[in-house]
Amino acid sequence: MKAKVHVTLKPGVLDPQGRAVLHALEALGFGGVDGVRQGKFIELDLKESDPKKAEAEVEDMCKKLLANTVIEDYRVDISEG
Amino acid sequence: MKAAVIVFPGSNCDRDVQVVLRESMGSEPLMVWHGDATLADVDLIVVPGGFSYGDYLRSGAMAAQSPVMKDVVAKAKKGVPVLGICNGFQVLTECGLLPGVLMLNAGLKFVCKDIHLRTEAADTPFTQGYDKGQVIRVPVAHHDGNYFTDDDTLKRLNDENRVAFRYVNADGQTSKEGGNGANPNGSMDDIAGIFSAARTVLGLMPHPERLSDPAMGGTDGRPMFDGLVQALG
Amino acid sequence: MNDASPDTAPITPELVESHGLSETEYDKILEILGREPNITELGIFSVMWSEHCSYKSSKKWLKTLPTEAPWVICGPGENAGIIDIGDNQAVIFKMESHNHPSFIEPYQGAATGVGGILRDVFTMGARPIANLNSLRFGSPNHAKTRHLVSGVVAGIGGYGNCVGVPTVGGECTFHEAYDGNILVNAMTVGLADADNIFYSAASGIGNQIVYVGSKTGRDGIHGATMASTEFSEDSEAKRPTVQVGDPFTEKLLIEACLELMATDCIVAIQDMGAAGLTSSGFEMASKGGMGVELDLDQVPQREENMTAYEMMLSESQERMLMVLKPGSEDQARAVFEKWELDFAVVGTLTDTGHMVLRHGGEIVADLPIDPLALASPEYDETERPWTPTPVPDALNIDDVPAPNDPMVALERLLACPDLASKRWIWEQYDHMVMADTLGHGRPGGGAAMIRVHGTDKALAITTDCTPRYCKADPVEGGRQAVAEAWRNITATGARPLAITDCLNFGNPEKPDIMGQFVGCIDGMRDACETLNFPVVSGNVSLYNETQGTAVLPTPAIGGVGLIDDYTTAAAPIFAAEGETIVLIGDTDGHLGQSLYLREIIGQEIGSPPPVDLEAEKKNGDFVRQQIAGGTVGTCNDVSDGGVLVAIAEMAIKGGIGATVQVPDSGTPAHAWLFGEDQGRYVLTTDDADALLAAADVAGVPAMQIGITGGKGLSLLGGTKETALAALRAANEGWLPGYMGGV
Repeated sequence: MKAKVHVTLKPGVLDPQGRAVLHALEALGFGGVDGVRQGKFIELDLKESDPKKAEAEVEDMCKKLLANTVIEDYRVDISEG
Repeated sequence: MKAAVIVFPGSNCDRDVQVVLRESMGSEPLMVWHGDATLADVDLIVVPGGFSYGDYLRSGAMAAQSPVMKDVVAKAKKGVPVLGICNGFQVLTECGLLPGVLMLNAGLKFVCKDIHLRTEAADTPFTQGYDKGQVIRVPVAHHDGNYFTDDDTLKRLNDENRVAFRYVNADGQTSKEGGNGANPNGSMDDIAGIFSAARTVLGLMPHPERLSDPAMGGTDGRPMFDGLVQALG
Repeated sequence: MNDASPDTAPITPELVESHGLSETEYDKILEILGREPNITELGIFSVMWSEHCSYKSSKKWLKTLPTEAPWVICGPGENAGIIDIGDNQAVIFKMESHNHPSFIEPYQGAATGVGGILRDVFTMGARPIANLNSLRFGSPNHAKTRHLVSGVVAGIGGYGNCVGVPTVGGECTFHEAYDGNILVNAMTVGLADADNIFYSAASGIGNQIVYVGSKTGRDGIHGATMASTEFSEDSEAKRPTVQVGDPFTEKLLIEACLELMATDCIVAIQDMGAAGLTSSGFEMASKGGMGVELDLDQVPQREENMTAYEMMLSESQERMLMVLKPGSEDQARAVFEKWELDFAVVGTLTDTGHMVLRHGGEIVADLPIDPLALASPEYDETERPWTPTPVPDALNIDDVPAPNDPMVALERLLACPDLASKRWIWEQYDHMVMADTLGHGRPGGGAAMIRVHGTDKALAITTDCTPRYCKADPVEGGRQAVAEAWRNITATGARPLAITDCLNFGNPEKPDIMGQFVGCIDGMRDACETLNFPVVSGNVSLYNETQGTAVLPTPAIGGVGLIDDYTTAAAPIFAAEGETIVLIGDTDGHLGQSLYLREIIGQEIGSPPPVDLEAEKKNGDFVRQQIAGGTVGTCNDVSDGGVLVAIAEMAIKGGIGATVQVPDSGTPAHAWLFGEDQGRYVLTTDDADALLAAADVAGVPAMQIGITGGKGLSLLGGTKETALAALRAANEGWLPGYMGGV
């Protein structure tokens, strides 16, 4: 199975990189952007073949290591191969 | 006094702090490899600066999971003093010994320069070498030093006098108090270092070990180590 | 594999040409092998005979440089040069270019440049203790410059900070000649035990060859092959990628190698730099007069289905090749496993004199090592003809207008891109890690000062070159680059010991460019000989040209000196009020090619200041003696911008002003203040009489030119005083302002 993990800053946590990207976009003339939030994308190849178990395992990984839940949210998508 | 310095793959201030501890203690600190399951009984544990595991994923995140940290956390909970400097501070927040998190600097860049700190609490083994309110000059060198926590925790840190150091200008003013540009990383409430609730764990971003020798251009960092030796025997 | 896969592609004239090999060179290959090469072999020849690996255009001239002195342990030819600093300690150092990769991808290009030069140094048994960088960017007005500065600086910092080696100095200047070709030259200085140095010559038939470090991927595979679509149908997946640096792995590699070097396991060791496995394998075998057999199936690989061609030409970073003593495999493996690095036995040393490669059970290449190495081309003057650079007309001082107010001109000079403070850059570098960067030897002054850990000794380290001088007069420019490095070190009180060079030029196939190269080498040789300042390592980077525009000839010099007691060192920082300011050396007011001329008058003309090497040596030796004797408080060498700039730098850093008196010497005041005459120092003393008397005895020109004190800088008899705060703001403001929000 494959797991795709998106790690993003929680709403309200200052994201200086996102803010810099927003400013750069504005400087390039893209005036239609209200906000930018930058995050991480992590792809995992899993041995587990049961989607439920895989999801539970990856959730655990997120809590223990992949995300810092003080400031970050995460989302896990499990898919076949 | 016996001290241990934890060495992770990617630590790079381990030798610097070893040298200062040796000078202050008059004996060699133990250098402890991160893969060791346990740690000898010591009076002080230092988690040094550097880029443990390359600071990949998040600064300090992977080091916090390394084998020896279980024992460090256990000993800290029993009251053994733990000092985390720079990357060490990041590791201590990631493993839960200190609240909050060190985020990317507001300036988005690595910053290495001398800064001024105001000692906010001098009633701990770590800070008894300073007077409350004393302004000291030590360097910072980090990419992720922007302290952040939720409002409740911040209130508790302040109420319990757990802010160890704040960034100030040479006259002792924080950026809020008019010390323009005093804060090098945008940290919340100008926080440079904090204590645990029991005041036995200190994490700070600046490097006192780097200005502990007159040849390096200053010695304001030295009283932290001398004070520890005095307090812990 | 299909028919068009790299290992079976037919050798066509186009393929030979795309590998950068001439017809003559290909004929030589046929002669050496007695048959047609296969594609893997062709690739190996192409990298071994490339300009980068063979130095074919430059070799003839490099041989003329002096490389010996009693303190030189190892000169050019190894990974880096080695000098003796006493007490069984050796300093190992080198500078290397990473120009083209840094232009393409500034962050990774600069980062991998730092990684590569670090490996050159620790592969010889040294712990790296300092990094420096000589950077040349295009005009600040060029659209790409800001992006390149930002990326290069972040890349150097990202790598150096993570490996925990302080980045302590260097230079950064701007000129439109670098618009299409920036120069990123990285220097590393390391410290080793003189009796525990490691070389690359392999020995011991049957000894194992071990690969350690990162896995091999398709990184940076020889540019020539990039465009060759005939290689592969699915070329998209196989296209070489920008090399990506992994400083964390490098840090582990440093620690693992040094740990293993403390044991008795290693016979020979060589890092895999440009042309990776090919050049490291060849180098080790050819230096030891050995044969080598490699089993490519054992090479740790990051990607699937890599061909022999790709593995041999990959430039993946953070890899090393070692020859181990018999029976030490387990011990060595344990060290690398502790540091979580790949460790694989990939071959053995043989007595065949051939490099034999096996892949998938078959022999995929079989090349005679000595014939290939010995036949490596060396061009002479018929193949690389050169024309000397015409001597520029000297400038008449009277033709150069005086400024309305010299202090306003000073303020403008301090804010010009080349002289403006580079704080914005070096504050992004950890310049203090390892806790041996002396307080007054931090970046932003003269030479960096690094204490030799645990001793009273310190190294003074600098990089120098004035490309506009080299363009106008290569011989004089080459002389000046070496002399300035020597002077910078001398100004700290240290003894200059040796240099590394990084020679950046345009297309050597053009006689005028080749003439610049030959001229600069000639001047460097002259200076190295007179100053007893030999070249112990270096690197040549040619073809720094875009659309026919070459970079300014830039022979960057990295100099290293030693002071026995760092507490006696002088700093270019005013330290006390009321000290007498003394100028050492003759002042004729040379304004040709000066910054005053370029920045204030807007002209780049005339001849550069001549370097009188005998005077240079005499003045410098005097200054060093006086610093050691304690008569000198602070000291700065005089270079870009002249005397007033040198004084202003000392005043700004010290927060102590000065009053300067222009002598009544017949030289116009602006020429005296801003002329760039060589061989000069500004120093301060509290015993001017003793100093001047000593100078008189030594036959060294010395004169009182002012006194320190106050919070501003003024000229005696001049208009009002200029506040140091204003000068500092001008000096510190330009770069952050230019970089803006980047």
